[in-house]
Amino acid sequence: MPGTWITTRAWLLMLPLLVVMIAVIGWPLVDTVRLSFTDAKLVGTAGGFVGLDNYAKMVGGSNFQRALITTTWFAVVSVAAEMVLGVLAALLLNQQFRGRTALRALMILPWALPTVVNATLWRLIYNPEYGALNAALTQLGLLDSYRSWLGEPGLALAALIVADCWKNFPLVALIALAALQAVPRDIAAAALVDGAGPLNRFRYVIMPYLAGPLLVALVLRTIEAFKVFDIIWVMTRGGPANSTRTLSILVYQEAFSFQRAGSGASLALIVTLLVTILAVAYAALLRKAAGAS
Amino acid sequence: MLKSTRNALLGAALVGISFSDQAYAETTLNALFMAQAAYSEADVRAMTEAFTKANPDIKVNLEFVPYEGLHDKTVLAQGSGGGYDVVLFDVIWPAEYATNKVLVDVTDRITDEMKKGVLPGAWTTVEYDGKRYGMPWILDTKYLFYNKEILEKAGITAPPKTWDELAEQAKTIKDKGLLATPIAWSWSQAEAAICDYTTLVSAYGGKFIDGGKPAFTTGGGLDALNYMVTSYTSGLTNPNSKEFLEEDVRKVFQNGEAAFALNWTYMYNLANDPKESKVAGKVGVVPAPGVAGKSEVSAVNGSMGLGITSTSQHPEEAWKYIVHMTSQPTQNAYAKLSLPIWASSYEDASVTKGQEELIAAAKLGLAAMYPRPTTPKYQELSTALQQAIQEALLGQTSAEDALKTAAENSGL
Repeated sequence: MPGTWITTRAWLLMLPLLVVMIAVIGWPLVDTVRLSFTDAKLVGTAGGFVGLDNYAKMVGGSNFQRALITTTWFAVVSVAAEMVLGVLAALLLNQQFRGRTALRALMILPWALPTVVNATLWRLIYNPEYGALNAALTQLGLLDSYRSWLGEPGLALAALIVADCWKNFPLVALIALAALQAVPRDIAAAALVDGAGPLNRFRYVIMPYLAGPLLVALVLRTIEAFKVFDIIWVMTRGGPANSTRTLSILVYQEAFSFQRAGSGASLALIVTLLVTILAVAYAALLRKAAGAS
Repeated sequence: MLKSTRNALLGAALVGISFSDQAYAETTLNALFMAQAAYSEADVRAMTEAFTKANPDIKVNLEFVPYEGLHDKTVLAQGSGGGYDVVLFDVIWPAEYATNKVLVDVTDRITDEMKKGVLPGAWTTVEYDGKRYGMPWILDTKYLFYNKEILEKAGITAPPKTWDELAEQAKTIKDKGLLATPIAWSWSQAEAAICDYTTLVSAYGGKFIDGGKPAFTTGGGLDALNYMVTSYTSGLTNPNSKEFLEEDVRKVFQNGEAAFALNWTYMYNLANDPKESKVAGKVGVVPAPGVAGKSEVSAVNGSMGLGITSTSQHPEEAWKYIVHMTSQPTQNAYAKLSLPIWASSYEDASVTKGQEELIAAAKLGLAAMYPRPTTPKYQELSTALQQAIQEALLGQTSAEDALKTAAENSGL
């Protein structure tokens, strides 16, 4: 049976990779699930079995609910803004004009910066005493006195969203730009000749090519935004008054600052579950979109 | 022929291996420090170099993280089986580190000479439950810094002795139009805010924990937070304080934009450095004030120590290194950045020269150092209090309710 031999050989060839995958992904995941049912500490005690206690405590706590709302806000607003900005930037960079190549290269820069560098940069921009944003806005007459951007609950989350958008919209723009390159010129020209306005051209000529790749970008960005940690940790550490404490920060505090590995693991799994639900829902959307086109 | 060549090569290789063992019988220590302004990375490297020169058989790898990452990095390394031999730890961690066996007990390693020579107050930095878990290395408390020029312009002759006086003087400065918001603090949602709060708690004679239960919701604990809120809402305090860390406070003070600032020792010499600061030569420093009828001065214990991790394979060498780092000659050489832990250094002209004012303030402040609560649950308590302070400052809730919530979330 040559067929089975080929199959066996394929599995044999994949074996090293499978072993590595199980070692670095599978086992830690299983261990995290095990931990989540114990009251283990990060150091010291191994902990005993506590059943679903951790889950009940975490989901029932006001911290979790508040962090879930904060995270959802952050993800929805920043991803929506990134999508719009990304598409607009891509449409602009798809035009023929001098300096287009230089501009394309420049646009990738924020996305290429490490998040910590980006976060530090924005902290300087938002600095309440000598930050560039305060200086610019007061000089333009839009502000009459310096504001504490990261020191006021409502503003801090908005400020973080802006910083996150600046870093991540180029990714959306890149994906959209690649998709735009695929729009056949003759169809675009025909639409122009037939007198279609810019909105209609976008809707009927460009969108069919853009929808699939944009959905991919949407999936990637939503999942990442939902797991956001580093930019917030560097800029506000969850403050002021916990107004920017997202789920990932809660997980970090629970597991590492407070050293409750058990409840930290349960919280991490809850976040994983939420992200998985999102991903599955998106995948269904993707399939539908693919079927439609 | 071939065989003999191979054997010769093998022999040579074996000899080489055994020789290299002889030549490189050295120990490598991994040490975790923090990136900061006093005892900067360059200073710690220089101190370490002096040690490796004297002990060529010991190599020391240094790693630096910001204070905000120091605790978690230490615990994380421990949780994954070790990695560091020597770690810098804050005064608030010995309880937790001892309970979870992160640090080893070094009580028996401490000599009589050390016991006699080091300031008595410094030992609380490394103690938990009657045992010692390291050597104090950075002796520190928060002082009240003031801008002499601004006080003079306002017609104020002496810096405040009480917190109420501080508020009055700040109001005078504000009313005379010298500065809109005269006081700067570090009230960001971080440990820094707890240090300022503790200073005030000590002034008002408050208690964090009583009989294992939170005791900061009434008395001195509540008075302290009320003082902060009043200072903030009355506009005497720079409103940006609620997102400041110590370095932000230093920058504001050095730019002449604060008449008063609460900060650690390190600010004194930096703010007096003309290259760094616009207010060089005008910097005054006194112990943080007291409260009439309750205290003369107030101070938080913000010291740090060096300890040996329980996972270290080289505790002897690690201790040798710690002894060098905390020795009187090393401490005296860097006394401009951080005051020595050794009592007799304060009589040493080479240490006190040029910072007499700071030394005078230190003698009072260091003697009054008030500890943050020693509990293995400290991180939780601190996080809950940070939230309470911020919520009260932002007016989201009253100081009393904020502290009640903190007590519920303190894990105690």
